[in-house]
Amino acid sequence: MSPVIVVDQHPLDKVIRSERMPHIWCPGCGIGIAMRCYAQAILDSGIPLEKHVIVSGIGCTGRVAGYMKLDSYHTTHGRAIPFAIGLKLANPSLMVTVFSGDGDLVSIGGNHLIHAARRNMDIKVVCINNFNYGMTGGQAGPTTPKGARATTAPYGNPELPFNLPYLMAAAGANFVSRWTTIHIRQVKDDIGYVFQRRGFAFLEVLAPCPVGFGKSNNIEDGLEEMMLYRQRSVLVRDGDVRADELVIDLRENVPIYVGRFVDRDRPPYQPMQAEVRS
Amino acid sequence: MNGDHACAEGAIAAGCSFFGGYPITPSTEIAERLARRLPEVGGVFLQMEDELGSLAVVLGASAAGARAMTATSGPGYSLMMENLGLALMLEIPCVLVDVQRGSPSTGLPTMPGQSDVMQTRWGTHGDFALAAYAPWSPQEFFDLTVLAFNVADRYRIPVVLLADEVVGHMVERVVIPPAEQIERWERKRPHRQPAEMASNETAAGPGNNGSFQPFLVEDDDLVPPMAHAGEGYTIHYTGLTHDEHGYPDMSAETHQCLVTRLIEKVQRNAAKIRRTEEYFLEDARIVVVAYGCTARSARRAVRQARQQGVPVGLLRLISIWPFPEERLRELAGQADAFVVAEMNLGQISLEVERLARRPVRGVFHAGGAMIPPEPILEAILEAAR
Repeated sequence: MSPVIVVDQHPLDKVIRSERMPHIWCPGCGIGIAMRCYAQAILDSGIPLEKHVIVSGIGCTGRVAGYMKLDSYHTTHGRAIPFAIGLKLANPSLMVTVFSGDGDLVSIGGNHLIHAARRNMDIKVVCINNFNYGMTGGQAGPTTPKGARATTAPYGNPELPFNLPYLMAAAGANFVSRWTTIHIRQVKDDIGYVFQRRGFAFLEVLAPCPVGFGKSNNIEDGLEEMMLYRQRSVLVRDGDVRADELVIDLRENVPIYVGRFVDRDRPPYQPMQAEVRS
Repeated sequence: MNGDHACAEGAIAAGCSFFGGYPITPSTEIAERLARRLPEVGGVFLQMEDELGSLAVVLGASAAGARAMTATSGPGYSLMMENLGLALMLEIPCVLVDVQRGSPSTGLPTMPGQSDVMQTRWGTHGDFALAAYAPWSPQEFFDLTVLAFNVADRYRIPVVLLADEVVGHMVERVVIPPAEQIERWERKRPHRQPAEMASNETAAGPGNNGSFQPFLVEDDDLVPPMAHAGEGYTIHYTGLTHDEHGYPDMSAETHQCLVTRLIEKVQRNAAKIRRTEEYFLEDARIVVVAYGCTARSARRAVRQARQQGVPVGLLRLISIWPFPEERLRELAGQADAFVVAEMNLGQISLEVERLARRPVRGVFHAGGAMIPPEPILEAILEAAR
């Protein structure tokens, strides 16, 4: 008989509001995996916990803010980035991370996303991409592959999706990477890495949504989507794949390119200061 | 200086250190002045990509402790309705200037209007209460900007400055008092340091881990103390219906309790928030109600009518919301008739009708030109007949 090990505290209790568990996410959802990576990266960061601030928008991923034992803000749909910018500019000593979903950040918040990247604002953005609107039950969004089915695209999605790394690289982000929820070490390491880097960082994390996206697209469960990630992920090194080729289609047997696509050190946005006129 | 510049100077005098906004006529001069002035005082000026982001960035800055504001006009104000609701729900202080122009839609960008009054009262979805002030001169625009920051901070509410294009662009003498004469009301802050609370953590029972509760009301004024990001209180804010901890609580009871408190908070402190000015009301049988630039014409009309022996007075609304309900009811006791002059097709007149239960004559104009004294005088004389 193996000994029963009972611990009073999970190591992540320092950064996760355990009293808020269980969370609202469906079985097979990938958001919790990415949140765990963020939590571990915070503990490893050496930055005092009270300096870490998380801002979320609306949607399934928007609930991450409520589960992190940090100063945390669950804001309006799409406006997490400007809210985060306000926090950062009013108190530059904060490490401000936006944790939200693709619908929130890219569709309704798309304008803020590109402008924050253009300004190279010193905030970190973790974008959970599950190819659909999960909270409302599986509608098509700006990342839904063309032809994929959704409750609002019953005959298949007629639109082309955004290629997020391409978009963010063009808009001016200092750091752009993409991983999936099977790449837990890489996700954790990249979040930790951008804590040490200045400027706008964008991390796309592909996450299974079996109840929202999977059910309409013959992906049985979260595990099957994780298997797809494992089989098809191809690591991009030193730009050996053109950024415009980083499109994803889970339903086709094509590579899912992952890796760090942009890592540069352009100076971030700095407010202007003036000499006081005499 | 003009009213818009006076507003910007009022913000600087009040210690505003953050502006996020989007250029829009006739409010742009506020942004332009602050783009020059804020960097001189170590503040941040940020021109945002739109008005949705403008109010959001202001709320973020305020959540980190800054006195923060934005300025806009009708079309931008409509976009701000979304985050106005967030400000109310999260109880984040902020100052929002709406220099009103002819509306709806793009309307008359360079010409005045007063038609955003009811939008301010009801514009964002849900039941709520906030404070709104309408300056009638550049000097008052300065003074009310200072007051707006004080009221916002003291009661944790968004405060709207409902100016109009006439006041925004009018040039008059503005006296800026020395810094020590500028009144300042502070935010209520947590009584205990975060470290003290952490040490209580083990002693506290379930559901109360000893941590700071950002929405726990401790005083009769219904205003919970405010902790800022980065101070160690581990606060959570959500636009969802939330309990004292700030955690989402999807129950009808919590919702009833929260929404009622947010409204009652403004009602209970209304005496400190409200501002009105009265002219010749002591013996008035006819009461004129006006605000903003229209009150300038109304005062002239009231004086002229008095010279003709008509017992008329003016109630000038300096604060529009919360509305001076009790005063209106009192005046209804002494007055036979009311005249409401406003640059819209009847908004505050509805409020006066509701409270006064007396005949109300409206002197309305859809906007585009200031209402002159003559039609107001005419309405007074008609009422006197």
